[in-house]
Amino acid sequence: MSDTTVDYHPMWTELGLDLVAHDMLLTAIPQMYADAYLSQQDRPAGMAYFDFVLSEIHGLRIKELQDHKAAGGTVIGTFCLYVPEEIIRALGGLSVGLCAGAEWAYDQVEQVLPRNTCALIKSAMGFKMGKVCPYVESADLVVGETTCDGKKKAYELFGELAPVYVMELPQMKRAADLELWRGELDRFVAKLEEVTGRRLTFEALQQATKEVNDKRRALQRLNAARVASPAPISGKDALLAVQVAFYDDVPRFTQMVNKIADELEARIAAGQGVAPADAPRVLITGSPMSIPNWKVHDLVEKAGGVVVSEELCTGARYYEQLVAEDATTLEDLLDDIAEKYLDINCACFTPNPGRIEDVLRLAREHKADGILHYALQFCAPYQIEATTVERAARDAGLPLLRVDTDYSMEDVGQLATRIEAFLEMLEA
Amino acid sequence: MRVLGLDVGSRTVDAVWLEDGAITDRAVLDAGFAPQEVAAELVARAPFDRIGATGYGRHAAALHFGAEVITEIGAYALGAAALHPEARSILDIGGQDTKVIRLDPAGRVLDFEMNDKCAAGTGRFLEVMARALGCEIDELGPAALAASGTVRVSSMCTVFAESEVIGLLHRGEPRESVARGLHEAVARRTLSVLRRVRAEPPLLFAGGGARNPALVELITSGMGGEVFVAPEPQIVGAVGAALHASQDRPRVPLTLKTS
Repeated sequence: MSDTTVDYHPMWTELGLDLVAHDMLLTAIPQMYADAYLSQQDRPAGMAYFDFVLSEIHGLRIKELQDHKAAGGTVIGTFCLYVPEEIIRALGGLSVGLCAGAEWAYDQVEQVLPRNTCALIKSAMGFKMGKVCPYVESADLVVGETTCDGKKKAYELFGELAPVYVMELPQMKRAADLELWRGELDRFVAKLEEVTGRRLTFEALQQATKEVNDKRRALQRLNAARVASPAPISGKDALLAVQVAFYDDVPRFTQMVNKIADELEARIAAGQGVAPADAPRVLITGSPMSIPNWKVHDLVEKAGGVVVSEELCTGARYYEQLVAEDATTLEDLLDDIAEKYLDINCACFTPNPGRIEDVLRLAREHKADGILHYALQFCAPYQIEATTVERAARDAGLPLLRVDTDYSMEDVGQLATRIEAFLEMLEA
Repeated sequence: MRVLGLDVGSRTVDAVWLEDGAITDRAVLDAGFAPQEVAAELVARAPFDRIGATGYGRHAAALHFGAEVITEIGAYALGAAALHPEARSILDIGGQDTKVIRLDPAGRVLDFEMNDKCAAGTGRFLEVMARALGCEIDELGPAALAASGTVRVSSMCTVFAESEVIGLLHRGEPRESVARGLHEAVARRTLSVLRRVRAEPPLLFAGGGARNPALVELITSGMGGEVFVAPEPQIVGAVGAALHASQDRPRVPLTLKTS
């Protein structure tokens, strides 16, 4: 499927990438991918699509973005699932999640950000400063949001390097907050109309809403298949699907994920799985995981466990809520979009009981034996909320392991032991 | 059935031989620079039917000797349940790890905590401090107990604590007081982990750290409940590894047949 003879260096040069550093990055990612993904047994055949997507992560997809721009479209970069993809698509934009999952150019980053900034923010800044993310270099606009203090302040510095627009996401869920957020959508529409030179229409937004909902429905199907025992797909593969959802072509992605879901449903009917039926089942909840951050899933699954669902931004938070599709006017549809997004339970909200309910519900539905709470170090919202999640898990009789980590590999030896011990505890 | 249990740790390699559910022999060797060779030497000492391994080198032991693998946490829980069935929690201060494990009455792990960022307050920390004070690690605890006063040691980073110790000695503080202050610092840190895991007495203190009488005294007074030291604190993990591989039920409490 892959045309390996294509040389993308001219395109990368045109995008202004640092070719030497970028070549280094492109030799590291396939090694990580091979170690984490290609070493797995009995993967669904449909995952071949994702192998291909990953092999072309800075190639073919970037080419598609350039072609889209050449045809008069725009590319909008985001770092967070609160930025409504429906609106971007309805104005002829492609929404792409930006690179933020690996340690890169920290020497440069630490000249502007404190060392004790979370890995996600440092990484995003590093990929930009080190000129190795073709997505951000393709973006006509980078849309930030106020989901934590670190991001909020970092966007001010990021804005010196790229065109940045920040949406104000309220941090409570009262009527006044919905009103504020609804106003933010209007302001976002106005900004995008300015950038794209187009006018938002009801028909276009309705069409985009349907397409993005279909993507979420496909991911919901994939997640529903993970209720089965034995698990028909590894947690790592399921995580990858959501990570790719942030930047892949929407209709193609939806079709491919539905194909995998068909395959998983056939596997379930045949009693076939990727892990033994008695493998300890783990729900992972906490901070987002961007490509190529597969660290914790990899440790759990190499230790003999299976991850059965994720209450993460790169998990259920991304696909569980749908936008209502029965609006008949543009204003009503924007209301529905505002409501759907404010329904997501990020730890940046206070109080945030919805997340606790989501975690316990997913654990119950997916028959999890235990919960792994994953927080990026210095990610105060998730690190602090871990206490609330831990209490609720304890009350529900579910063992919980807290893992606070970053993108480095220096703690994997100790983490492997803690995770193995946790799985032993679940098996006993 | 004869079973060998190995605990291939960062500082020592510990072995226990079980026969028909009773301990027949044990060994504690310095891991040196080739822990798997030390393990191989122990493996070659006596014939066995099954072998289990725990510790840093457990996976290598599985590869080299076909050992069944269990984590240190699981091994300490199994070992403690067999050796000291009354224990409701375990503190293990090893070479580079500190582990706290809370057990249910049947000896199953309810909760545990283990350092993963930093080895402050572990055996290695005390080794470095002993060197800074010009004594052997075995002399450090008795020195602290002999102190008439104490000093506050603030840093728990091995490197900075060493500088702090040197500073205190230059200021003219007696070695014993500095040793006392170091133990108090380790105990404070350890007690906060014990509280986090909600460890309940009776607490079994194991690992190389349990050989230090000053730590035992400080942890005991800090716990405000029963703390007992495993008579051979370094073999608890190896016993657990052996029991994990064994199909015989141990005779509880498990004791040493020969000495």
